[in-house]
Amino acid sequence: MRAALVVLAGLAAAPFLGFGEGYSLTLLARAMILAMAAVSLWLLVGGAGLVSLGHAAMLGVGAYALVVLDDARITDAVVVVPVAMGAAAFFALVTGAVAIRTSGVHFIMITLAFGQMAFFTASSLAAYGGDDGYTLYGRMTVLGHRWLEDRLVFHYLCLGLLALALLGTQMVLGSRFGRVLRAARENALRVEAVGFSPYPYRLVAYAAAGAVAGLAGVLLANATEFVAPSYLAWQRSGDLLFMVILGGLGSLQGAVLGAVGFVLLEEWLGHLTEHWRLIFGPLLVLSVLFLKGGLVGVLRRG
Amino acid sequence: MSLGLLLVQGLNGLQFGVLLFLVAAGLTLVFGVMDFINLAHGVQYMLGAYLGASLAAWTGSFWLGLVLALPAALVCGLVLEWLVFRHLYERDHLSQVLATFGVILFLNEAVRAIWGSAPLQMPVPTLLEGGVQLMPGLQYPVYRIAILVAGLAVAGLLWVLVERTRIGALVRAGATHAPMVAALGVDIRGLFMLVFGFGAMLAGFAGVMAAPVLSVDPGMGDTVLILAFVVITIGGIGSVRGAFIAALLVGVIETLGRSLLPDLLRLVMAASPARQAGAALGSMLVYIAMALILAVRPRGLFPVRG
Repeated sequence: MRAALVVLAGLAAAPFLGFGEGYSLTLLARAMILAMAAVSLWLLVGGAGLVSLGHAAMLGVGAYALVVLDDARITDAVVVVPVAMGAAAFFALVTGAVAIRTSGVHFIMITLAFGQMAFFTASSLAAYGGDDGYTLYGRMTVLGHRWLEDRLVFHYLCLGLLALALLGTQMVLGSRFGRVLRAARENALRVEAVGFSPYPYRLVAYAAAGAVAGLAGVLLANATEFVAPSYLAWQRSGDLLFMVILGGLGSLQGAVLGAVGFVLLEEWLGHLTEHWRLIFGPLLVLSVLFLKGGLVGVLRRG
Repeated sequence: MSLGLLLVQGLNGLQFGVLLFLVAAGLTLVFGVMDFINLAHGVQYMLGAYLGASLAAWTGSFWLGLVLALPAALVCGLVLEWLVFRHLYERDHLSQVLATFGVILFLNEAVRAIWGSAPLQMPVPTLLEGGVQLMPGLQYPVYRIAILVAGLAVAGLLWVLVERTRIGALVRAGATHAPMVAALGVDIRGLFMLVFGFGAMLAGFAGVMAAPVLSVDPGMGDTVLILAFVVITIGGIGSVRGAFIAALLVGVIETLGRSLLPDLLRLVMAASPARQAGAALGSMLVYIAMALILAVRPRGLFPVRG
């Protein structure tokens, strides 16, 4: 976990190292929030061997749960966070119940299709802005206090939750539950032979990852104070998957490295040219073809 | 909701289904033979539409545009295969998904850089202008019927190719057990190039045909790609017959659901919530149908491999 600790320490020190103004902090918050979503996706891809191409939908369900509550003027985190995480977990549970019955390429396609279903549903919610999205009345309050309006508080909240997600996922992977999950990734048949059915383990992992991604969605909505169907776009699912691979599937910390690397790369290329995807796309292809083991692998070899 | 509306939307649905089939056929064959999942297949459809629209504008003739766009789409597909895809056959599905996702990002942006973000227009050819009378007072555009007929003709041709020729037998054998076919001395890479190029051209053809009726814009391939995935998942991966039936099913459900559900719901609730709930439900309908079918048959309607 050393590389991840260095990144987290860097993020903790960033406000005092000249990255304290609004724009840098916004960028870093985005990186940390996406890192959290990437950690939850890593649990599925790296931990359980379930390649989901619809993970952005979980993020979006969490964000839209917040929108529904915000529209009803319920903005306290004590209510919003559990409801949003619960909604995302429920969505994951229902879609996962069908998707996990399949495997391999079927699973990829079905998660993609469910993600797209959520996307079109969000686009058709005319009461919440439809395609145009929804601007929040303001950030969440915590027990009536407007703490999240403060940039530094928000920065450290995101950092703390990211660290918590990382630690929690690490603990889950080390537990009996996590060992069954990882064993089923390696060989589901043998796991069944020793008396475990992988299905409920995978489904619970899928729902848990959904809940964490839902929390990331809530944070992202608070960071930008704006929610749109683009939260659930399948390209974002692809981005999240790329973060996981860019960091490296070999270890959980790869998700954090990958997400931070991804956001910084995107930002840097965006400054270079308007058509930054012309560079980004080929870089993605090259990194898949040649960067085996991801950034973590490079660090280990180097 | 009148019978005429139902008829028109049903025809629209079949026509959309036929277009979906043209895209899905290549996807399912490529996956069946090479176990290669190609997200960038939808891009081929988009390229077809852009090339067709540009070439038609350049030559001043829809037909020349169509004839020139097909080899151009084929060349694009083969270049992509040579440059990127063939390095991915031995890799896991995750790598294939990501690398082809990178190709999509690049090509969508390239199209935006070359043609701009505004949708392109492609005029309907003069030969196929106007409408036919379905019922008294109900006209239906000839061009849309032409799409339906052309799509069905290509589907028939594909059926003959796959079921009645030697190459088709090899493709079917490859989809069932590729290593065995290779062991029998068939050049499986060559066979795959053929299938891949053909699939790319079919998707390009669908793109050109769709260009005059749908909007030609940089994201058009993505929507079709995901529906094509739904089609091949429902139909059973690797099965052309399954893709055909599933494509028509998805086309009709998608079109009828979006247009009729708001009206249907108005029978049981007030107009404004009915419109909203109908729109939301209509867009979910295809995926709900997919979930139901997969809950009963996890490997699709016509699974190729046991």
